Amino acid sequence: MTLDGILSGDRPRSRVLSVLLVAGFLALLGAPFLFPGTKALGVAERICIFIVLAASYDIVLGYTGIVSFAHAMFFGIGAYGEAIALTTLPVGWGAILFGVVAALAVSAVLATAIGFVSLRLRALYFSMMTLALASFALIMATQLRDLTGGEDGLTFSLPRVLTPAFRLLDGPLLGVRMDGRIVTYYLVFLATTLLFLLMLRIVNSPFGRVLQAIRENEFRAQALGFSIVLHRTLAGVIGALMATLAGAMLALVLRYNGPSASMSFEIMVDSILLMTVIGGMGTLYGPMLGAIIIVLAQYYLQPGMAVLSGMFAGLPVLPRLFDPDRWLLWMGGLFVVIVYFFPTGIVGRLRERPANDG
Amino acid sequence: MPILETRELTVRFGGHIAVNAVTCAFEPGTLTAIVGPNGAGKTTYFNLISGQLPATAGSVLFKGEDVTALGPDRRTRRGIGRAFQLTNLFPNLTVLENVRLAVQARARNGVDLFSMASRHHDLIEKARHYLDRVALTARARTHAAALSHGDQRKLEVALMLALEPDIFMFDEPTAGMSVDEVPVILDLIEDIKQAGDKTILLVEHKMDVVRRLADRIIVLTNGTLVADGEPAAVVALPVVQEAYLGIRQREAGNG
Repeated sequence: MTLDGILSGDRPRSRVLSVLLVAGFLALLGAPFLFPGTKALGVAERICIFIVLAASYDIVLGYTGIVSFAHAMFFGIGAYGEAIALTTLPVGWGAILFGVVAALAVSAVLATAIGFVSLRLRALYFSMMTLALASFALIMATQLRDLTGGEDGLTFSLPRVLTPAFRLLDGPLLGVRMDGRIVTYYLVFLATTLLFLLMLRIVNSPFGRVLQAIRENEFRAQALGFSIVLHRTLAGVIGALMATLAGAMLALVLRYNGPSASMSFEIMVDSILLMTVIGGMGTLYGPMLGAIIIVLAQYYLQPGMAVLSGMFAGLPVLPRLFDPDRWLLWMGGLFVVIVYFFPTGIVGRLRERPANDG
Repeated sequence: MPILETRELTVRFGGHIAVNAVTCAFEPGTLTAIVGPNGAGKTTYFNLISGQLPATAGSVLFKGEDVTALGPDRRTRRGIGRAFQLTNLFPNLTVLENVRLAVQARARNGVDLFSMASRHHDLIEKARHYLDRVALTARARTHAAALSHGDQRKLEVALMLALEPDIFMFDEPTAGMSVDEVPVILDLIEDIKQAGDKTILLVEHKMDVVRRLADRIIVLTNGTLVADGEPAAVVALPVVQEAYLGIRQREAGNG
């Protein structure tokens, strides 16, 4: 298979972007060995999962132009599907499979319903409807305690192969203990790679081209004979199913799920939306970069500031400015700066300069 | 049997009747020009036929079937082609991609999620063919938004050609074009007409063009069909003279 076949003919179209993407891919591929430690592995897993999640939102927002705030709901459905299956059924691959299939079915039905409703509502009211729906789902998740564990969420066990107690190899490899965490990570990494390439194929398929046509000029796309309801709904369903799979992966790596872990508005706005917008909507590579940047910032901005604050000890103002408690201030500042200087996102900006026009 | 028929076709906007009970049949293989002063309801009549606007009353029959309740996408799929008066393109897509989308729509391959659009070479070749017909091959890789007004009009026509419809609806296809660009479009309309089996509806202000191309002229004034017949006979009617002169005065006033 050629590179064009793997990337579906969608080259990065910028030298800097190509380097960033290859570096990101290699770093994730070698993460357990390059960045040993439980925290680093958790961050790498989270990056993978949010690459799938942000890319799936890009299909909905960037490629189709549907402004939905219910995307974290589908993420949550995937996570709850696994969590509920693994707490109620005997722990095993059967439960994992059942959890993901059930969650996909629920998401497909909901996304189809949202798609049909979207035709009846103007864009603004549609967005508000998705907000209300997401809010409703969150309330359900916290109120149905018997099923979801309420605010506390659900903690569950996994098949032994995926647990730290499992030993893939007797001795360490390159100084890293080959336990079930490593197995889990590489399963997540593999799934992320395949799902991302699948989404890249979908947005570059004849179907994906119609989505872009609808985003550009819905009136004209319809006049050409394309059914708007069919394409918009299908795009919404695909995005929802991908988000559900990402949610299922999240529950498996955390061995826990609760409302704030997967379904909250912080996930929707601070993660999904920002990753997609900052990375560059309608590019798929953008949300991938966005996911990497934002997850890294969420985990390392605070400790980084603690180091800076210590360095400036004794100086006026600076230590307090870099106090780790101010990390949200800096994160907010970072967003404003990026959105201001890169209105089309990082990828949009990088592609403006035709480094290797092809 | 007529390929297209409107029966008592009417649309009201509040108290204003934009198209008023227009009954008219169009035979296959003919070119009908629709004339009338600005605001007479010509474009609105087109919108009712191609489905962009739902009718308040009356019906549209296409190939003998009532299509009044169908949306514009389904009417297009049945063979009604429409080129818009106000240029209506995909501005941030390339010229080639604009046409390729129309070719893809015509190919009706269903929803194809897993193949690469860039590998459907047959569709791309066809798109290039239609670009060639409107003399836009050189601009294939340009974004539609970057085209000159005249080129955008040509692209608009190319999209309709690529749909390979049974009925071509041209809404002032040469409006705003420079003098040397007009023949490209007129020759094209003539070509479609010469092929013989296609039906053409043409809204056009330029009476010399209308007289040269049309088999028949219908006249709309205030949304009402006021004249219908052979070009020579219709042009001689006082109501047409008035409308036509009205346009001449307006154009002189604008110029």
